[in-house]
Amino acid sequence: MSLKDEGFKRYLGKKYPETWRDMPIAAIVPWPGNTAEVKTHAWRTIRPVINQDKCIRCRLCWTFCPDGAILEVDEEYKTSSGRVFKVSYKVDYDHCKGCGICAAECPVNAIEMVPEER
Amino acid sequence: MALSKPVRTIWDIPREERFAPGHTMCQGCGAAIIMRHLTKVIGKDAIIVQATGCVEVTTTAFPRTSWLNPWLHLAFENAGAGASGVEAALKALKRKGVIDPNRKIKVVAIAGDGGTFDIGLQSLSGMLERGHNVMYVVYDNEAYMNTGIQRSGATPLGAWTTTTPVGKKMRGELRPKKDLIGIALAHRIPYIATASPAYPTDMVEKLRKAYETEGPSLVHIISPCTPGWRIRNEDTIKVARLAVLTGMWVLLEIVNGKPRVTVKVPKRKPVREYLKLQGRFRHLTDEEIARIQKMVDEYVEEINRWVGEQAIGPVEE
Repeated sequence: MSLKDEGFKRYLGKKYPETWRDMPIAAIVPWPGNTAEVKTHAWRTIRPVINQDKCIRCRLCWTFCPDGAILEVDEEYKTSSGRVFKVSYKVDYDHCKGCGICAAECPVNAIEMVPEER
Repeated sequence: MALSKPVRTIWDIPREERFAPGHTMCQGCGAAIIMRHLTKVIGKDAIIVQATGCVEVTTTAFPRTSWLNPWLHLAFENAGAGASGVEAALKALKRKGVIDPNRKIKVVAIAGDGGTFDIGLQSLSGMLERGHNVMYVVYDNEAYMNTGIQRSGATPLGAWTTTTPVGKKMRGELRPKKDLIGIALAHRIPYIATASPAYPTDMVEKLRKAYETEGPSLVHIISPCTPGWRIRNEDTIKVARLAVLTGMWVLLEIVNGKPRVTVKVPKRKPVREYLKLQGRFRHLTDEEIARIQKMVDEYVEEINRWVGEQAIGPVEE
């Protein structure tokens, strides 16, 4: 069981506190890195869209993302010109704040910032 | 596991994320990029001691945390003192056999420029002077951005902040930036470096070397702040890069007192290019820009003399 699933179980024997008696005496942060539960997607007005055919897998967008919202995944991709890449870059739209650093720093302009419509 | 081999290319940076997303740092925050790479470098065997500042406030709003390491919050003034205490406690626990003595656990202190240049300077000085095995990382956004852009010792000459306003009597910050590297150098510590998030391999390699150093080490990183510097969100990296290319920020590495410029700039750009991108410098007249240019020229000359080579070249339009 991961620390994430464990949640309050480690302290209480159940995942979430049910009554006031279950509340821990002191403040507890249930698991490390739990801001990941917070979705910051509502911050953005423009969102990055990666053109996988144009992308040369230079890793710069992944490096410069302040939110870790560009994911590097081991997924093989064959571009339209026949080039095969072992890794792919995807956007975590739950956490992307839409700053546009990835699009500004992309050397081949493979990332486009598209207005968010809701 | 911390990084074991030198970082030469961007592909040597580990993929594993150890800094959780969902923190409330601004869009395009430079400090968030630094923290991501810092946590990648230090791995899990590190205790983070964090002074108050932007990063502390935005990553640890109760009941959540972005950190996967043991993490200790301290006030502005005592990051150095707290880190010294944690390091001394680790030493005692190792001596008593509670922790395996061969296990390498590093104490990492993180502070902003307010917590380092102004309020935390005496505890930092104490930490460096006593020779604690602590790595101290300063992310320098050149003002108290967390509380609403008040000037700090790190604010550069001419910059607008809410406490150095622009009007008839005052034209932004009156004093140049404090020389933190000079202060650290005076303590004769084994490793001092300056870094910029626009040069990630250089930054990660310096953080790795600071991690490997036995004894106190200090890494000073420029961290563009989008609301405080009045820049567009996507220009964070561009501004950090221009700071290096114009000579405002020199990427230095000082190992046991021997200085070296890690990123050489053969042809320097005029500072105007760096200043015109930022709203905090928009009030500057041509004479004031010429004064800043002269200051940077003198600084670059001093650096070149110090490292003994033409590391930063002349200005080229």
